[in-house]
Amino acid sequence: MDVSSWDGTLSLNEFSLAAQAFEEKWKISNSASPPWLWVNAPIRPFVASQKVDGFLSMENICLLRPSEDNGAEVSRLEEEKTSLSEKEEAIDDATLVHSNHHEVHYYDFHIVYSASYRVPVLYFRGYDSDGLPLQLNEIEKDLPACSAKVLLESKWTFITQEEHPYFNRPWYKLHPCGTSEWMKLLFLDEAVLAESKVAIELHLVSWFSVVGQVIGLRVPIEMVNGRIN
Amino acid sequence: MEAQKYVWEGAIPLQIHLNESEVTTLLLLLPALILAPRIGYLPLLIPLIKPHFAATLPPGVDTVWFDYKGLPLKWYIPTGVLFDLLCAEPERPWNLTVHFRGYPNNLLIPCEGEDSVKWSFINSLKEADYIISGNCKNVMHMSQFDQLELWHSVMNGNLEAYLRTSSKLKFGIVEDEYTLKIDLCSQKSRKTTGEVGMGGQMKTGKCFTLHDALKSLMPEFLVDKSLIDEESFRLEGEDEQVILSEDLSSNRMAAEGREISCQSVESTCTSGAAEIKLVRIQGIEPKLEIPFSWVVNNLKNPEHFLHICVCLKFPQVNSLDR
Repeated sequence: MDVSSWDGTLSLNEFSLAAQAFEEKWKISNSASPPWLWVNAPIRPFVASQKVDGFLSMENICLLRPSEDNGAEVSRLEEEKTSLSEKEEAIDDATLVHSNHHEVHYYDFHIVYSASYRVPVLYFRGYDSDGLPLQLNEIEKDLPACSAKVLLESKWTFITQEEHPYFNRPWYKLHPCGTSEWMKLLFLDEAVLAESKVAIELHLVSWFSVVGQVIGLRVPIEMVNGRIN
Repeated sequence: MEAQKYVWEGAIPLQIHLNESEVTTLLLLLPALILAPRIGYLPLLIPLIKPHFAATLPPGVDTVWFDYKGLPLKWYIPTGVLFDLLCAEPERPWNLTVHFRGYPNNLLIPCEGEDSVKWSFINSLKEADYIISGNCKNVMHMSQFDQLELWHSVMNGNLEAYLRTSSKLKFGIVEDEYTLKIDLCSQKSRKTTGEVGMGGQMKTGKCFTLHDALKSLMPEFLVDKSLIDEESFRLEGEDEQVILSEDLSSNRMAAEGREISCQSVESTCTSGAAEIKLVRIQGIEPKLEIPFSWVVNNLKNPEHFLHICVCLKFPQVNSLDR
């Protein structure tokens, strides 16, 4: 893959490699967070046999609602079952005061390869504490402020609801039509990434550094810094 | 051009029954009879259906959905494709049940009427654009006005308006050795494209045929060129999902930028090889030798996807009491 003439997309095979690398790096630099897990795609007997097919999954993630009075998101990642809350960042007092009134929402995230767009796509769905699925207007409240604004402006093209490619159930997804464009931009100045293997391994890290922000999931700086070594 | 006209004029006669639990009248309720355009979508028919049942509906907000024999229908799939997929033996009229309450949100993506269908259409068009040209610019740069005109031409089944507006998209038609030969022929002898296309007159050796396309998508099921005409046997899907058919991932034919969305009847595979029993596109069972470019250019849906419905035949499992 020649980075200078790269179109911002990747093949299914490259996606699998990138996913592996992403999974490992996440575990190393983000041990406080629940891991991303590779799941093999369910076998469908009448589909032409494909090479390695699967997706990355992170489920039962608890997102607290951001407090009202600040623009920056305060949402943090916690695994639902751990009683110890390992915080990624300090929580200010204002949030603690309100935390009793906040509803807890749980999310499942899947990173799936799109054969049409040839890029990774983020699929997600949310539930309330009773296990009932969240509607988009409820999910909107969990998103960082700027995402909520974009959602308002591009109601039908930013976050769309579609069937999960493997599970035939409605999930939300971040529409991938612009992905290849901004992926190209991310790698534009990286002369050090002329080696294609490194580029593939970092693909999902870079991709997620953008996409994660949309939904308020942070990529720890160590994951990104690692590549300079 | 002829073939496209026939496709756009194609329609499915529907007999729509109101879901029993929503009937609040003691009077005999007749089903609604609607002619549904093949290239249209079920939610677009609601303005025609609702008045028929309005008097009997309980008060409240409507969330309309359809089912066929208990299977909730995916509203974003063109009506003709749903019919071809679900009725191997075409049922005329096609008996569907309409529901105005109790939308199965865990199974079906919500539909907010015409807007939802329009955006689903536009997003599919974008996907086709991306596959063909590597980006969504053709669709994104279309003015709001043109996008709306395109959508209206589909809603109204107006092929002329559609062709006029979609030419602004600059997708072009699929070209290969077959279409080039046609151009030469028609210049010399003034035959219409349609006539030359249908017969077995073209040398099929060089052209990429429908059979070749299917082989690249489902190689295990095309062992033989001839379709075996035995007693067919379709297994019903075992899993609890009530949604019809798996959607095979669209396969990109890189060289010619063609677009295929391949769907097949839901079935579980036991042992033994399955075979293709029938292939249906826009209600037609085309000969597999037909040049694929003709199939794409004439039978594709307005969102630039070609929907191929495939019925698989599985070998009978031997009974144990032998």
